[in-house]
Amino acid sequence: MDTAASYNDKVVRQFSIMVVIWGIVGMLVGVLIAAQLIWPQLNFDLPFLTYSRLRPLHTNAVIFAFGGSALFATSYYVVQRTCHVRLAFDKLAAFTFWGWQVVILLAAITLPLGITQSKEYAELEWPIDLLIAVIWVAYAIVFFTTIAKRRVKHIYVANWFYGAFIITIAVLHIFNNLAIPVTLTKSYSLYTGVVDGMMQWWYGHNAVGFFLTAGFLGMMYYFVPKQAGRPVYSYRLSVVHFWSLIAIYMWAGPHHLHYTSLPDWAQTLGMVFSIILLAPSWGGMINGIMTLSGAWHKLRSDPILKFMIVALSFYGMSTFEGPMMSIKTVNALSHYTNWTIGHVHSGALGWVAMMTIGSIYSLLPRLYNRDAMYSTKLIDVHFWTSTIGVVLYAVSMWIAGVTEGLMWRAVNSDGTLTYSFVESLKAVEPYHYFRLLGGLIFFTGMIIMAYNVWKTVSDKKPVPVAVLDPA
Amino acid sequence: MDINDIRGILTAIIFFAFIGIWVWAWSSRRKKDFKASAALPLEEDTYITTNERENS
Repeated sequence: MDTAASYNDKVVRQFSIMVVIWGIVGMLVGVLIAAQLIWPQLNFDLPFLTYSRLRPLHTNAVIFAFGGSALFATSYYVVQRTCHVRLAFDKLAAFTFWGWQVVILLAAITLPLGITQSKEYAELEWPIDLLIAVIWVAYAIVFFTTIAKRRVKHIYVANWFYGAFIITIAVLHIFNNLAIPVTLTKSYSLYTGVVDGMMQWWYGHNAVGFFLTAGFLGMMYYFVPKQAGRPVYSYRLSVVHFWSLIAIYMWAGPHHLHYTSLPDWAQTLGMVFSIILLAPSWGGMINGIMTLSGAWHKLRSDPILKFMIVALSFYGMSTFEGPMMSIKTVNALSHYTNWTIGHVHSGALGWVAMMTIGSIYSLLPRLYNRDAMYSTKLIDVHFWTSTIGVVLYAVSMWIAGVTEGLMWRAVNSDGTLTYSFVESLKAVEPYHYFRLLGGLIFFTGMIIMAYNVWKTVSDKKPVPVAVLDPA
Repeated sequence: MDINDIRGILTAIIFFAFIGIWVWAWSSRRKKDFKASAALPLEEDTYITTNERENS
């Protein structure tokens, strides 16, 4: 058979299965460290099980292994379907899959050993950074060559979001990780002092903006219309949404450095751009949710659509909360408290994970020549575990965060602090239990998903899909 | 011309570019192309049938 006549779905299947596996691994580590915050002895006095080493393992696993695999899988699927052409360079695409798995394994080895650059979300040391850069360039070549070979006139909006995500992550990753290697496992950043801080959060916030937002908006713009069986609510809004989102996100990073030695004007700039960001963010959310207008009844019977709509709701909520927290006076209360953790998880679990889960449930049956997943009932159970889990998690962290913020800044009439730090720890302890419970419930959903996926794919032989002729 | 003039001009250029994107996206000439693009995710896959394919 002529391979050019069929889509390259093998690499999509590989990444899709790894989404489930890395999701389970990453969330399990999250559950463990949530438990360690209640029972510190759970580190068993072993250096590689300490909170400080497992926390970066958790963030790297859920963002880059779980979220990254989802972005690779869906971008490779979407670019082929919307360009009516087979993915460019089979071998290079296979290299991105195997290379990315090697990066994840190296992260899983080096981080518990304490090998780290100490930059948040960029902990991996220089040899791994180099490997990531090579894989990312290969990813860009595969993706953009496929676009260049397209047999439809226009580039579908999802591909614009995926493309922006791929280019920006390359730039962010390379510049934030510029360092002088000393040994194989140790390097020193090229940046110092406040410049280092600004570089780090230029990277860190745009990793949120382009990895966890633009990439997943690409996923949203394909899989929500697909699952709803309706075209996107407003295509022209999606164009304006795209350009304004990518133009504004780039400047929001300094809101991570309020009340630090970063110059005041830069802090204010970050705050202003973060507030403006509300407009494109909500433009995207409205565009996604309104795609269901006229098809709302589908929500009653289709738990996959429920995943997507709740994901968009959490996206809207987090992108309202984020600009609010970037206002300096609000930040004075929220910064360094568990409120930030709650905000991150309503975005990461509510938006990123639920959009991923919905898209994978939508994608897998198509990849394995089935009409639907093995059990729609179990998808519904998963939907409720995810929703209850993330609500428990976020609400408990909001209460804990505001409590901490208020206690830390309370002063007596003579100017001394009203509470010691330990008193604030004691005050938030109950919420740590609720957080652990929420995380456990969300994690249980992933196990249910793994069973459902296994039953869907294990006895199925994939059938090649023909490349569509241009309309 | 000092740096602040350049900053002001740049701000104006970006502002008008933003307005330009709105005008471009809402122009009636885009309608047909946008409609065709928006239909892309709704296309269904056609499987290449082989002898060993099992019915699902």
